[in-house]
Amino acid sequence: MSTNVLEVQDLQTHLHLRRGVVKAVNQVSFSIAYGETLGLIGESGSGKTMTGLSLLGLLPRPAGRIVGGSIRLNGRELSQLNQATYAAQIRGKEIAMISQDPMTSLNPVFSIGSQVAAPIRRHRHDTDQTALALATEELHRVRVPSPALRISHFPHQFSGGMRQRVIAAMATACRPNLLIADEPTSALDVTIQVQLMDLLDQLQDESGAGLLFITHDLGVAASLCDRVAVMYAGSVVETAAVTDLYAAPAHPYTRGLLASVPRIGIKTERGRLFSIPGTPPDPLDLPMGCAFAPRCDLVKDRCHRESPPLIDKGGREIACFEVQ
Amino acid sequence: MGAESILKQRSIFASLRTWLGFARFPYIAMTVLGLVLVAAFFGSWISPHSANEIDLAMRLTPPAWLDGGSSAHILGTDNLGRDILSRLIAGARVSVTIAAYAIILSGALGTFLGMAAGYFGGWIDAIISRLIDIQMSVPSIPLAMLFVAVLSPGEAMVVFIIVLSYWTWYARIVRGEVLSLRERDYIALAKVAGVSTPVIFIRHLWPNVLNTLLVLATLQFGSVIVFEAGLSFLGLGIQPPDVSWGGMLSDGRNYIEVAWWLITMPGFAIMMACLASNIVGDWLRDTLDPRLKQS
Amino acid sequence: MARYLFSRLWQGLIAILGAVLIVFIAQRLAGDPLALLLPMDASEADFEALRVELGLDQPLLVQFFRFLQSVLVGDFGYSYQWQTPALDLILDRLPATLELAVAGLLFAIVLAIPLGVFSALYQDSWVDRVAKVFAMLGQAIPSFWIGLLLILFFAVTLNWLPAYGRGNLSHLVLPAIALGWYPVAAMTRTLRSAMLDILQSDYIRMARSVGLSERAIIWKYALRNAAVPLATMIGVYFANMLGGAFVVEVVFAWPGVGRTVVEAVFNRDFPVVQAGVILSAVVFVLVNLLVDLSYGLIDPRIRHGR
Repeated sequence: MSTNVLEVQDLQTHLHLRRGVVKAVNQVSFSIAYGETLGLIGESGSGKTMTGLSLLGLLPRPAGRIVGGSIRLNGRELSQLNQATYAAQIRGKEIAMISQDPMTSLNPVFSIGSQVAAPIRRHRHDTDQTALALATEELHRVRVPSPALRISHFPHQFSGGMRQRVIAAMATACRPNLLIADEPTSALDVTIQVQLMDLLDQLQDESGAGLLFITHDLGVAASLCDRVAVMYAGSVVETAAVTDLYAAPAHPYTRGLLASVPRIGIKTERGRLFSIPGTPPDPLDLPMGCAFAPRCDLVKDRCHRESPPLIDKGGREIACFEVQ
Repeated sequence: MGAESILKQRSIFASLRTWLGFARFPYIAMTVLGLVLVAAFFGSWISPHSANEIDLAMRLTPPAWLDGGSSAHILGTDNLGRDILSRLIAGARVSVTIAAYAIILSGALGTFLGMAAGYFGGWIDAIISRLIDIQMSVPSIPLAMLFVAVLSPGEAMVVFIIVLSYWTWYARIVRGEVLSLRERDYIALAKVAGVSTPVIFIRHLWPNVLNTLLVLATLQFGSVIVFEAGLSFLGLGIQPPDVSWGGMLSDGRNYIEVAWWLITMPGFAIMMACLASNIVGDWLRDTLDPRLKQS
Repeated sequence: MARYLFSRLWQGLIAILGAVLIVFIAQRLAGDPLALLLPMDASEADFEALRVELGLDQPLLVQFFRFLQSVLVGDFGYSYQWQTPALDLILDRLPATLELAVAGLLFAIVLAIPLGVFSALYQDSWVDRVAKVFAMLGQAIPSFWIGLLLILFFAVTLNWLPAYGRGNLSHLVLPAIALGWYPVAAMTRTLRSAMLDILQSDYIRMARSVGLSERAIIWKYALRNAAVPLATMIGVYFANMLGGAFVVEVVFAWPGVGRTVVEAVFNRDFPVVQAGVILSAVVFVLVNLLVDLSYGLIDPRIRHGR
């Protein structure tokens, strides 16, 4: 086993809203090794984005707060760092994020060059000129055509796919050890999606960084990730190697999730898609015990009383009393 | 993501309410506005003195609570010994009357032109829109100067100038409302069903536009009072012996070094009237037509 | 961008034409325009001579075009009070008015930027409340009253600053504050809501995620984006400021266009009044063109014609 770049242990992130407290991330644990891609899968509202933001120290303020657990990056504890240190030493340098929507993630009134150069200037303390030269190289690396010309252009002169490349260049300019990609493909056309995933693969190969790939798209996760962690209502319910998980999902939620993906050639009952009965719980009012219990077909009394811990079981981790 | 979007909605909504601060009924503003209206309509009954009653023996008497003040003149007297409170009350009548005429007339003119522009479109819209543009690019104070220079100043002149400068507001907003209403299905249905144009106007457009107009008129009440006071201050508005708050300020300027109350009292009256109508207008907007909040 | 500017220029010309038309109509409203254009003690022969010279026997349309023609060459007639060309008199005073307007605008911007930014950053804090009070008072306190209060407090009571006239920088302080008072409120509100939106945007989160300092994010990245609505605001309020400058000039005995025109109104010096009105319309149109140009500088999307 290679060493882990990131180790998250019992992470708890709460959002203190006026209506109450949302346990957005509830006792989440996972790790990512150098060069590994971990997919964080879940429906919207499952806490996967909040997990990513917790790692970056970018929780919405003042509502969001890490209330427990640890985040270790190369052994360094991050959960207690203050914002200034986070900005100066971690973000962009050690951890970077490729965001959801390329159309809105670049500042419309600054040139591409100055935006890509900004993290370089910030973290390497280069002069403006050197930083701009490096930014040009970065754009070349992410295969933006004629980068020397393009650095003086503005975001609106770029297509969505090109913008996503610019964002990738900006995020990886200082060779972070961990890259977080939050639904980077959901706003793109399918062909461009494939190109971008190739690019992510390439960037990761070059740098050997860990990649946390946040998505709700099981197909995308399958093609890109080494391992997958499935989240439901703020908790990880199952972690497994991607091939194992797809071949034999263990947790009832994962099974339901996979069963609801349309697949060519597989006939479903009465020709309809399967969907998990019920709806995800109100994040302000999570049920006692296992959050999935109200929708689970294997539910027992115990599931309503205790929450199942994530337990290692033959190379995969599952949080379910019945399956264990 | 779900939790986060909940968070965004809540914080924006909560801050909007606090920021605008008129989620509740504006008692104080309503009271102030009520006082101004009472002074305007029943001024002659409650006024302690006649507004133009000169008493040189009592000239420049400070307010009653200061040394040398007199309980006969609660807010003091001016350089001719005229009672400030009585003059403020008389000024309220002028301000309110002018504001009322000006708002009704500019509202009527603007609404008519705005409706015509929005409903008929085409060249009618083009001409009216261009008129609005022209009107908006001629600053209103110089315009007022021009008309006062050729005609004579006075109440009618002030109303005319305010109407000339303010109709564009109504015209633009009503035009926009009508344009958006025109696209709605039920108006199209009414047309298809053969309902005549005037009936469509009265039955469908009018009720929708009415709230907007009421809010705008209340908000402009304060602005018109300030505008009138400005004209009168410059000597281009209400002429003596008629009393106006702006005129009082202008008179008081010359005594600024000896009698501070001559400029503070009328200014305070202008501020309170304007503030009160702004707050009530905001509250009306909130209750009647929350859509307007964005503009 | 060029096309956009061209259309704005065209609109501006129409607006100036409209102003000229309004002046022309006002002239005719007065009855015999000669009564306005000639001093009160003019003889019957003067009247006849001018009537022929101005072509007042011609149809109205012809008269308008002749008027327009004379306006275009800058001929507004002579001020009969000063016996100098009316336009020269106004142009002479224009720098003082522009100085005041620019100083007022600077005051407003300098105050509005920190107020707007901090009230967006610290919602419901004391800064936010102060800004909110400013916004409310700013709209309700007329410039001439705040001007008088400033004189009362800083000139009469404290004797810190001069109350009247134009001279060194200290003369500019009080009038600039009186004039800038009103737009502070509107600018603060605009900037606050723009900053609130921008700080929630994806590109700000992106800038944070690469570790840029909070200071750079707010004062460089976010503020530059907020400059577009702010510039719009400046364009909208400059008309107000010109009109307001006229009033403030009277309060502070500032020797600008406004005070000159007000005096001219009292003296029924009509050539000066019409020169002042048309010139203020021209200045207003020019300022708006400058604002339109500044959009292009701030926002590349507009520069590239989108």
